[in-house]
Amino acid sequence: MVELTLPENSRINEGKTWPKPEGATNLREYRIYRWSPDDDDNPRVDTYYVDMDDCGPMVLDGLLYIKNRIDPTLTLRRSCREGICGSCAMNIDGTNTLACTKGADEIKGAVRVYPLPHMPVVKDLVPDLTVPYAQLSSIQPWLQTVSPEPEKEWRQSREDREKLDGLYECILCFCCQTSCPSYWWNGDRYLGPAVLLQAYRWLIDSRDEATGERLDNLEDPFRLYRCHTIMNCTQACPKGLNPAKAIAEIKKMMVARRT
Amino acid sequence: MSKSAATHARPRARPLSPHLQVYRLIPTMAMSIVHRITGAGLYFGTLLVAAWLIAAATSREWFDAVAWAYGSWIGRLVLLGYTWALIHHLIGGLRHLVWDTGAGFDKHASTRVARAMPFVSAALTLLVWVIGYLVRGA
Repeated sequence: MVELTLPENSRINEGKTWPKPEGATNLREYRIYRWSPDDDDNPRVDTYYVDMDDCGPMVLDGLLYIKNRIDPTLTLRRSCREGICGSCAMNIDGTNTLACTKGADEIKGAVRVYPLPHMPVVKDLVPDLTVPYAQLSSIQPWLQTVSPEPEKEWRQSREDREKLDGLYECILCFCCQTSCPSYWWNGDRYLGPAVLLQAYRWLIDSRDEATGERLDNLEDPFRLYRCHTIMNCTQACPKGLNPAKAIAEIKKMMVARRT
Repeated sequence: MSKSAATHARPRARPLSPHLQVYRLIPTMAMSIVHRITGAGLYFGTLLVAAWLIAAATSREWFDAVAWAYGSWIGRLVLLGYTWALIHHLIGGLRHLVWDTGAGFDKHASTRVARAMPFVSAALTLLVWVIGYLVRGA
């Protein structure tokens, strides 16, 4: 349901400003969303200062500088630090992206960091992604066949393999999923851009033999058709993929199979 | 007593992370919103057309009254807004038609189209009104 404002317990207060690192001359201001389950306070935005002469160039470097040097309670997910694991997905400078591939120099003014939008917050920058993961399993993202299993691998022509380009690269960071206003308002029933891109990845796979069942599963006013081509997903994807186009292709397959 | 979540009778409700409050308004998103607003505006505009037609079918007095209201400067302003909403929603609809074929999804191209939309709709609205005044001869 469309709800433009935040619930009472989610309203954000101004937090504290942490001391600047001593002797630093090249400072960068970070404004970071904080919330802890261990007290009874509302979320707040804390202000930190990062010494850019003593810190790597990416926003993730800045966040780890803060965690290591200023405030060890700052909580975030991160792992690979090179844009392949998808753990450090968050809202930076008003757009969902990966902290590890977003350069602080790409941002004007203070670096504003929030968790992925419209998600329950576990702590600070860590959102609860249970629902999108459940939605992902609902589309059964694995190869399904009825033919007898071949001696070796399931063969695929070069042309058919190329159809998976722009789809298989998805790292499931959910930047697109949580950038979508339609998903914000109907996230309980609309599958969302990340999950629909995965659905298309299996629909278009020449080796998969469950295409009909997969389309049946998506033929629903909410699961698929809540996409209104707002395009936030495609604009946000840190891997340069195009979930909006994948969704359009699924809609086309729905029409094609009726004729 | 500890304030940790483990000692609470029930775990604290998790807050909802901010969405509209923090998300940057980008051209494609803005045009999607405007498409919706103009679509809603067309309901109102259709009422204006219906009122005009009903007045014409009722009597000369009624028609004159409605024509007077629509011809007043405030009426013309409303009609100008209606024309713009109609044209903006129309070209937005054409954009959706192109999208339905699977084309026009490139990130940069779609942003350029979204940026152009307000200018195109404003120019076409102006064109319609200029032609209208020329035809009317006043």
